[in-house]
Amino acid sequence: MSWHTLALLVAACTPFLTAVAVFLLGEHRGTLRTATGLAGAAATAAAAVACAGSALISAPGEYAEVGFGLLEIGFVLRSDPLGVVFAVVAGCLWLVTTVYATGYMSRSSDRARFFGFFSICVGSAIGLALSANLLTFFVFYETLTLATYPLVVHSGTPAALKGGRTYLNYALPAGAALAVGVIWLHMIAGPVEFVAGGSLPSSLVQTHAGSLTAIFALLMLGLGVKAALFPLHGWLPAAMVAPAPVSALLHAVAVVKAGVFGIARVVLEVYGPLGRDLGLIPLLAAVAAFTIIFGSVRALAQDDFKKRLAYSTVSQLSYIVLGVAIGGPLAAAAAIAHLAHHAAMKITMFFTAGAVAEEVKVYRISELDGLGRRMPLTMGAFSLAAIGIVGVPPIAGFATKWLLGMGSIEAGQAWVVAVLGLSSVLNAAYFFPIIGRAWFRGPKSEWASEHGTKRVEGDLRMVAPLVLTALVGLAMGVLAGAALSPASWAQMVAFLEFGG
Amino acid sequence: MPLSEWVGAQLPALVILVPLTAAPVAFLGVRLGRPVALVSALMSQPLAIALALEVAREGVLRYEIGGWGAPLGIDFVVDGLAATMILVTSVIGLLITVYASGYFTDQDRYRFFWPLWLFLWASLHALFLSGDAFNLYVCLELVSMSAVALVALTARREALVAAMRYMLAAILGSLFYLLGVALLYAAFGSLDMATLRGAIRPDVTGQAAFALMTVGLLLKTALFPLHFWLPPAHANAPSPVSAALSALVVKGSFYILIRLWIDVGSPSVAPGTAHLLGVLGSVAIVWGSIQALRQERLKMLVAYSTVAQIGYLFLLFPLVRAGGVAAADAWTGGVFHAVSHALAKSAMFLAAGTVLARLGHDRIEGVGGLSRRAPLTAMAFGLAGVTMMGLPPSGGFVAKWQMISASVLSGEWWWAVVIVAGGLLAAGYVFRVIGRFLGREEAGDREADTGRSPRTMEWTALALALGALVLGVAGQPLLDLIPIGAPALVAGIGVTP
Amino acid sequence: MTQADLYTVAGGVLFTIGLYGLITRPHLLYKVLALNVASGGVFMVFVGVARRVPGPAPDPLPHAMVLTGIVVTVSSTAYALALAKRIFTETGMATLDSADTMEGGEDAAE
Repeated sequence: MSWHTLALLVAACTPFLTAVAVFLLGEHRGTLRTATGLAGAAATAAAAVACAGSALISAPGEYAEVGFGLLEIGFVLRSDPLGVVFAVVAGCLWLVTTVYATGYMSRSSDRARFFGFFSICVGSAIGLALSANLLTFFVFYETLTLATYPLVVHSGTPAALKGGRTYLNYALPAGAALAVGVIWLHMIAGPVEFVAGGSLPSSLVQTHAGSLTAIFALLMLGLGVKAALFPLHGWLPAAMVAPAPVSALLHAVAVVKAGVFGIARVVLEVYGPLGRDLGLIPLLAAVAAFTIIFGSVRALAQDDFKKRLAYSTVSQLSYIVLGVAIGGPLAAAAAIAHLAHHAAMKITMFFTAGAVAEEVKVYRISELDGLGRRMPLTMGAFSLAAIGIVGVPPIAGFATKWLLGMGSIEAGQAWVVAVLGLSSVLNAAYFFPIIGRAWFRGPKSEWASEHGTKRVEGDLRMVAPLVLTALVGLAMGVLAGAALSPASWAQMVAFLEFGG
Repeated sequence: MPLSEWVGAQLPALVILVPLTAAPVAFLGVRLGRPVALVSALMSQPLAIALALEVAREGVLRYEIGGWGAPLGIDFVVDGLAATMILVTSVIGLLITVYASGYFTDQDRYRFFWPLWLFLWASLHALFLSGDAFNLYVCLELVSMSAVALVALTARREALVAAMRYMLAAILGSLFYLLGVALLYAAFGSLDMATLRGAIRPDVTGQAAFALMTVGLLLKTALFPLHFWLPPAHANAPSPVSAALSALVVKGSFYILIRLWIDVGSPSVAPGTAHLLGVLGSVAIVWGSIQALRQERLKMLVAYSTVAQIGYLFLLFPLVRAGGVAAADAWTGGVFHAVSHALAKSAMFLAAGTVLARLGHDRIEGVGGLSRRAPLTAMAFGLAGVTMMGLPPSGGFVAKWQMISASVLSGEWWWAVVIVAGGLLAAGYVFRVIGRFLGREEAGDREADTGRSPRTMEWTALALALGALVLGVAGQPLLDLIPIGAPALVAGIGVTP
Repeated sequence: MTQADLYTVAGGVLFTIGLYGLITRPHLLYKVLALNVASGGVFMVFVGVARRVPGPAPDPLPHAMVLTGIVVTVSSTAYALALAKRIFTETGMATLDSADTMEGGEDAAE
């Protein structure tokens, strides 16, 4: 076994093995359990990076593969350049989140269950990132759906259970739609591999145009729920009842990006040019553009801190979908880069929301006044990420918007620039007030009277990760032009997808 | 002849003889039951595995009992289907045996569990191996009688009445079947399945025979609307028994049905029947699931889930009519569903049994927060639920993949709609329980918990659920075994486009 | 209609009578007896079928099956009666309704 396949196996299997170990260690062997979790996350992150290295030095079409037979299609993992982007993002942020969660959950109960299912979620996200075909992708996709449920309802309160039910009401029918689409596609096209530039033979357009359109709709319905495309986004704000690490890693990165990543795979690597031939792509672009604006407008109206972030996520995810749907290498590069950019920035913001909730028991934006003086590092990291999402250079969000704008002009779809402009204004409108309250107003909430305005950050295990991710977001923007930055990598992937 | 060779040649007889010999031995002494059953269960494993490997390697095996041979003697036939069923019965049987050895601590009171259970086990193996319609009747009766006795084991009132109801339904089902056998003999002059295969033609007596046998078997398989006896019997039996009944016993009569309609005859013997069975199966899926959603007791919920899951098996009949790849997919998918459901449903009943053993009741509203106190059991129930919903990764998913494929390929897409809808309904009742498990404890729930759940009980349920899960990813060997020696109709001529 | 056909048809009629009794009579003893009547019907069909072969001697195979069937029926009847008696001692009734009003639950092994 070469190191290529070993890295692949380690990246995909370690989270699941970690989960088993964590479950077996149980509630009471906390130190050993934490050590196991950290070791598993570290190994996974390293293996994911190794997969990226493997993808980098392998010739296109000769990426490392490992798998076995199932249903004449095969259960196959592969490190290809698109997949490793998501795998590295999920793997590395898992490590960071594990540290954060150790701090956040230190007084919580049911930690073995929490960390166990958390590992399964991450494993599923990495597994679906590295899936070589649609069947394997679907298996991991649904595993992710199911493993997220215990995390959403973690606290066991009626509100949490209600949030969990809402989540299932969206996720399970979506899974069913996806299943039907996937099976149907296999019936008319045989085993569906992911191949840069699309894997469906163009001859199918003549014979199966109607079926292909229906299947595309089913796939988008199934993937669109996780990607929180309007009108399938309703579960995401409801799922904010989950503990902060879940909101941070799963509902800003792993779960939601599984949806957009799936859309990217289907549009770029399954349908390819067929999507355009069938006239499906403009509709997807329109839905994504609408969702960008819609999410931002809804975010404006939220006072609940995590819900505002959730609606911001709804909006930001559609940048990725839009980039994929515009077509052309630059827009696709923007989409793929934003997968990483948004992950770093939004996870920082959710970490902040969790840290604030833990430290001063503040859950509403209207209670954030003056918090910058109390928790300067935390709020500083938040502000950096927020400015980044708005698209102020040189932070990561700017790189995305720049690429996306250029790409849309290149593809002759200049209307997208208007959407970007409007969205940026809205982003600023819902994030700047938070920054303003935190830094430029005096404290007036209860926490101030209880604790005073003394400068006290939260638990170091929570502060360090959020500062780190904020800096990573900054670095992704500043170093966007450097080799191996997400933006450069994304352009390489897009080059492969569109053949230059 | 070296021993290994002798064992190899006698495998079909040995898989029956081991539990059949163990049963009377277990009857002899109060303390004998448990060890004898465990030894028999362990011995069955290599035999069943060897039999499956033999079929995988050599193809269909024919075994002449006493060397007589059909038509005078009775033959055992082991094809992929039979080998699969025996393998599954053995694996589940072992885990149920281990679970029961922790569950029945009052050895005096439950001493008859062991011989009856071993007897049931032997009868099931005999049923799967029989290649003769009358021999199948005898096996079916043996299965039913031991199953009824097991239901009545606790001697509680509701168990007794449920056992009685079950028994009346079972005897009536057997009589219908037997009457059909008489007419089958009158019409075709033979009861050997292999001989009948060439002789079947649509005539009135033959059709009447098929109709009567089918009604009898439907009653025993508890297909809607003949399912009335199943929920009380399965829910009121001791949990290891419930597991065996839902996982294995109902599959016994279903096994005869598919032999009858797809192997010996074909759906064309009585046009319309296949559709009727498919429609009844669909109604069963919807109706059973809705009833499961409404139950207040965990074991009743699981039992109604069985009513629903049995419905999927009956979609096999309309789906195989198209022949070709669709029929082949439907065949492996249907049998795979039977296997996955057997694993997952036994896991669910065993998990429910642990809940009952701990709490002294199985009211769903009283299981709040159980995942904290009995995480393995909650996990077992949840993982088994994945197969019930037909979501990946699970054997249920692979089965549904194949059945949906078959319905798309044959152009009868409405069966796919039923399958998908059934999965969503299953999610409804599975998450109703999971939500409770993960939810808060009500006042007094914790105090009611005796904490009595031996590790063997929790782990066996989890092992079964994991088995159903593993089938969803690494089920290919089984998918290859099932079609060996499959009837011509479902042999899969042609390839997937 | 030959004599054999007559037996066959009579067997069918007996089976139907038994089925009717099983469904309509609530008392368990009646139900068990009704099943016995129905079994008798099935056996008569077998006997009728055995006579349909040409030649003076009937086909021995259905007779062998009837013998097996009788053994099965006798033992299952005995068991059903024992069960009915036990239900009567437990509930004071000999019908299937006797469990309907009861609280569910299983004796967990203690």
